[in-house]
Amino acid sequence: MATIRPRVKAPRKASAGEVVEIKTLINHSMESGQRKDKDGNPIPRQIIHRFEAQFNGQEFFAVDLQPAISANPYLSFFAKLEESGEFTFRWHDDDGSVYEETKSVEVT
Amino acid sequence: MLEMQDSGGTSRRRVLFSLGGAAAVATGLSVVPGLGARLAHATEAEVAETIKEMLGEVPAEGGVSVDLPEIAENGNTVPMTFEVDAPMTADSHVKDVMVLADGNPAPRVATFHFTPMSGKATASTRMRLVGTQNVVVVARMNDGTAMMGKKQVKVTIGGCGG
Amino acid sequence: MMTTMLKVLGRGVLGLAGAGMMAAVAAAPAAADESTGARIDWGPYKVGDVRSGYTYAGAQTRAMQDDEFQNPAFLWLERGMDIWDTVEGEAGKACADCHGDAEESMAGVATRYPIYFEDWGKLMNIEQRINWCRETQMRAEPFAWESDDLLGITAFVKNQSKGMAVDVAIDGPAAPFFEMGKDFYQTRRGQLDLACTHCHVDNPGNLIRAEILSQGQVNGFPTYRLKWQTVGSLHRRFRGCNKNIRAEPFPYGSDEYVNLELYTSWRGNGLPVESPSVRK
Repeated sequence: MATIRPRVKAPRKASAGEVVEIKTLINHSMESGQRKDKDGNPIPRQIIHRFEAQFNGQEFFAVDLQPAISANPYLSFFAKLEESGEFTFRWHDDDGSVYEETKSVEVT
Repeated sequence: MLEMQDSGGTSRRRVLFSLGGAAAVATGLSVVPGLGARLAHATEAEVAETIKEMLGEVPAEGGVSVDLPEIAENGNTVPMTFEVDAPMTADSHVKDVMVLADGNPAPRVATFHFTPMSGKATASTRMRLVGTQNVVVVARMNDGTAMMGKKQVKVTIGGCGG
Repeated sequence: MMTTMLKVLGRGVLGLAGAGMMAAVAAAPAAADESTGARIDWGPYKVGDVRSGYTYAGAQTRAMQDDEFQNPAFLWLERGMDIWDTVEGEAGKACADCHGDAEESMAGVATRYPIYFEDWGKLMNIEQRINWCRETQMRAEPFAWESDDLLGITAFVKNQSKGMAVDVAIDGPAAPFFEMGKDFYQTRRGQLDLACTHCHVDNPGNLIRAEILSQGQVNGFPTYRLKWQTVGSLHRRFRGCNKNIRAEPFPYGSDEYVNLELYTSWRGNGLPVESPSVRK
């Protein structure tokens, strides 16, 4: 897809100390580098190779992805929240692009 | 085909075999396209080597539960969840979790990095598996101790491609 | 004669799997048990004997469809949501300028397509209607078949009817096109000399090698197929089926496939619209 846009589910509200689930999807072909085109030429690898999740600027979860991760990568994980703030999620593409999404959460 | 049916069992089998053959042609190329038999695949030994690089030795099995379908409907998109049985406190927490597959072209699938703020050492993703194989998940704690979980996934190939 | 042959084929499909041609086949009966659905209440996904492809899917695949944050097709649907409000073409219009809030204006629309249009002289499916709107009303370029744009807007429009029962009309001016679709469905074609009926009427629930055949219901398209690793249209699936039986596939949007779309939609009248679904 020409436009790469992530999709993130994170709670808007949580209570202090709560462990919340976060789900993320991003449209990306995750071209493995193992395939060949119709003329037999190898199709170069192009994947999302790194995902990072920060809360108020601090990285709390990250993943190094390999070509064995399926197209349109899905990741779900958790965060323990003690204070209100903002999540920042970043996907790093082999071509140097970085896709970013933010979500705010109010902790009471 | 009607005549062949009348002529008995042998012919019938031939008809049916060709049906199966067609299905193989139609789908064999498309389960992770391009990853045919011509490629060298990872092995159990290679997975063990990769784990040793990270941990020094292969840990005993236990402490990591791996949720994968027993039979994957399609090897292109196999959902997986792992959970490490460990606290997630500042003093004692899971740092890294490496997911490996012993029948893919390369053993590494993904490496997850956790912190106490992760809340729990569990995560889900979806992976490509070129065939029936073992998925191995190793976890390393902040003090260096390690745990491991393992699950075999059968990947069916055949039937209707489209 | 026909009946005898079909029986042979039926046994053959089972026989193949039973012969253990593939190592994986040994594990297949468990999946078959699950998917025969004898003990499962399928709710809206089963209407009488009519069963959605959902009921033939594995638990993981169903879970992926049920949660819109796991269902990758929603990445396309969101793109469609943007397209709805985007002004394009010489007329300076967006979908929303004529149709307003899609939640209201598009609710139920997907249950009725394909529809006969007099000025068109034949059936039109939703993809064609969208492109007709773009060309005629917006004076914009039509979207290409299987483009992310057309898949996205189609998924978005059809999703406004999610859960509503498919209810296509096959009488009146649609009748001759329905008959042509029915003919197509029952006609043997390709080197394997198979008709749609051989798999999807005579053998749903049976194994074709390692896979379970479904009734071939179409209420979930566009669908995210695990195999494709992307969203695809019903006509892409038709083409795939035709290629599997080694028949020449028809072009996207061809009269043959639109007529077939009416016939296959009618077979599933009463099933809920599931678009965008997830299938193996």
